[in-house]
Amino acid sequence: MTLQEGADLAFLLAAVCFVLGLHFMNSPATARRGNRISAGGMIVAVGFAVAVVADGGTMDLTRWLVLVVGALVGAAVGLWAARSVLMTAIPQLVSLFNAVGGGAAAMIAVADYARRPTQGSGTDLATVLDVVIGSVTFLGSLIAAAKLQGYASQPVHFTGGRALNAALAALAVGSAVAVVARVDSLPVLVLTVVAALGVGALLVLPIGGADMPVVISLLNAFTGTAVAMAGFVIDNVILIVAGALVGASGAILTKLMADAMNRSIPAIMAGGFGTGTAGVETAGAGGAQVRSVQVDDAALQLAYAERVVMVPGYGLAAAQAQHELRELASVLEERGVEVSYAIHPVAGRMPGHMNVLLAEANVPYDQLKEMDEINPEMPRADVALVVGANDVTNPAARRPGNAVSGMPIIDVDRAKNVIVIKRSMASGYAGIDNELYTDPKTAMLFSDAKKGLAALTAATKALVA
Amino acid sequence: MTHGFVSELTVFVLALLVGFEVISKVPATLHTPLMSGANSIHGVVLVGVIVLSSQVHGPLGYVLTFLAAAFAGANVVGGYAVTDRMLEMFKKRPAPPARPDDGGDRP
Repeated sequence: MTLQEGADLAFLLAAVCFVLGLHFMNSPATARRGNRISAGGMIVAVGFAVAVVADGGTMDLTRWLVLVVGALVGAAVGLWAARSVLMTAIPQLVSLFNAVGGGAAAMIAVADYARRPTQGSGTDLATVLDVVIGSVTFLGSLIAAAKLQGYASQPVHFTGGRALNAALAALAVGSAVAVVARVDSLPVLVLTVVAALGVGALLVLPIGGADMPVVISLLNAFTGTAVAMAGFVIDNVILIVAGALVGASGAILTKLMADAMNRSIPAIMAGGFGTGTAGVETAGAGGAQVRSVQVDDAALQLAYAERVVMVPGYGLAAAQAQHELRELASVLEERGVEVSYAIHPVAGRMPGHMNVLLAEANVPYDQLKEMDEINPEMPRADVALVVGANDVTNPAARRPGNAVSGMPIIDVDRAKNVIVIKRSMASGYAGIDNELYTDPKTAMLFSDAKKGLAALTAATKALVA
Repeated sequence: MTHGFVSELTVFVLALLVGFEVISKVPATLHTPLMSGANSIHGVVLVGVIVLSSQVHGPLGYVLTFLAAAFAGANVVGGYAVTDRMLEMFKKRPAPPARPDDGGDRP
């Protein structure tokens, strides 16, 4: 068996490890092991790749230096970022890893194109797809990360933006077609790169902060596809398999997130109603009666409940109040109250983000209930405490004819009592009033999420009999 | 279209289908670690950079390889590290339920 054959078998092993790694993600109990199996497969694949090029005899000192120093610098930065990132900033980091993955895939295609004359049409097609998708993902993900970090988090629109994007897209496609048609010119491929970078930027800039779970998932799918295309370019099966797996995962999550927000993917990419999360102050919505409550009364209600369901949303993540929520839950549990958490699929800033934030705050994962699991239990809850969630609790979603119609919601209004911690009556992302707030059994606790939860905790502690 | 290209396409499509099948079963609780884990898997682009590095020449080739190696290195190492850090936090409720058992004079 030659070394190359051994490497091919090692790549097969790595592919199996990647699939197993993803498979073990289907339970929190096995997920960590799965990630390690996947990492093991990666180490084997990288090790054999190094062995093959070392054995090939074409590696001179310059090439080794370029490869090893580059990889080590990147690895050090990546490790540092992974160790130091705050859990609230995970979406930004995932977005950055998307960017560099897509960028690396695009650079493989460019470097490969620069060193050889055009090959078969299949390879050329893969080259331009890799370059276009990789470049779009690279700049798109960087901008998404910047938006998540708080820069330009509002949708950015400018006159002619859409026309410019269409022109850039046409330029990217045109130059890509020229490459496939054997123009055999590196400058044309560079033009494709530049146009695709522009498309990536203009695609993400107009998107509002609350649509980010969908955008990150979509960019993740793009990166996977770009890596698979890079595999076609250099005839490497492990890149094709791994890229396809990631592409599939990104595609599924994109669909799930879009469904959970009741938005179509094209509408989000077109910039939608994207008012972001700031909302407009519309105090005293619709003239209907809103009952407000003081901290002490709310604490009393929570402390003497048998079952409390916490409903955290995007606002809780934005206020980084997950530790305060957990603190309140512990105080209640010490009093014998049964506490669970209802998590809507789009709570937080990326799919499943809220679960990570609560896990970080030491909430056991078996207390985290998915929407479909908690809804049937809602009528048995004495109090539902809504913190920073708005549209995903609006009962109007069950009726046709409004902005949230058909959106899956957490049935908060079916709990016996509802307490909502909210700064003002501002409407949510969908820009409509939340009927939950005018429900007679709802009490509004007007406060910042963090301060409100801390005050509730203190008041509940003070109640100790 | 060459024979090699078609067999690569076959592998691609089958891997997509395996991906759909495996990932549909992941619960929403783990969607963030899943995406982060998938992110690390596309760090396999490092293998592509290694293969390429043995063939490039000239300043353009070296610069692209260096940048691609740095990007891929950050992707793969950072991706696995941060996924592991997240998954470490997912814990079950401690075995004995944390109920005070001290005569219980709660109201």
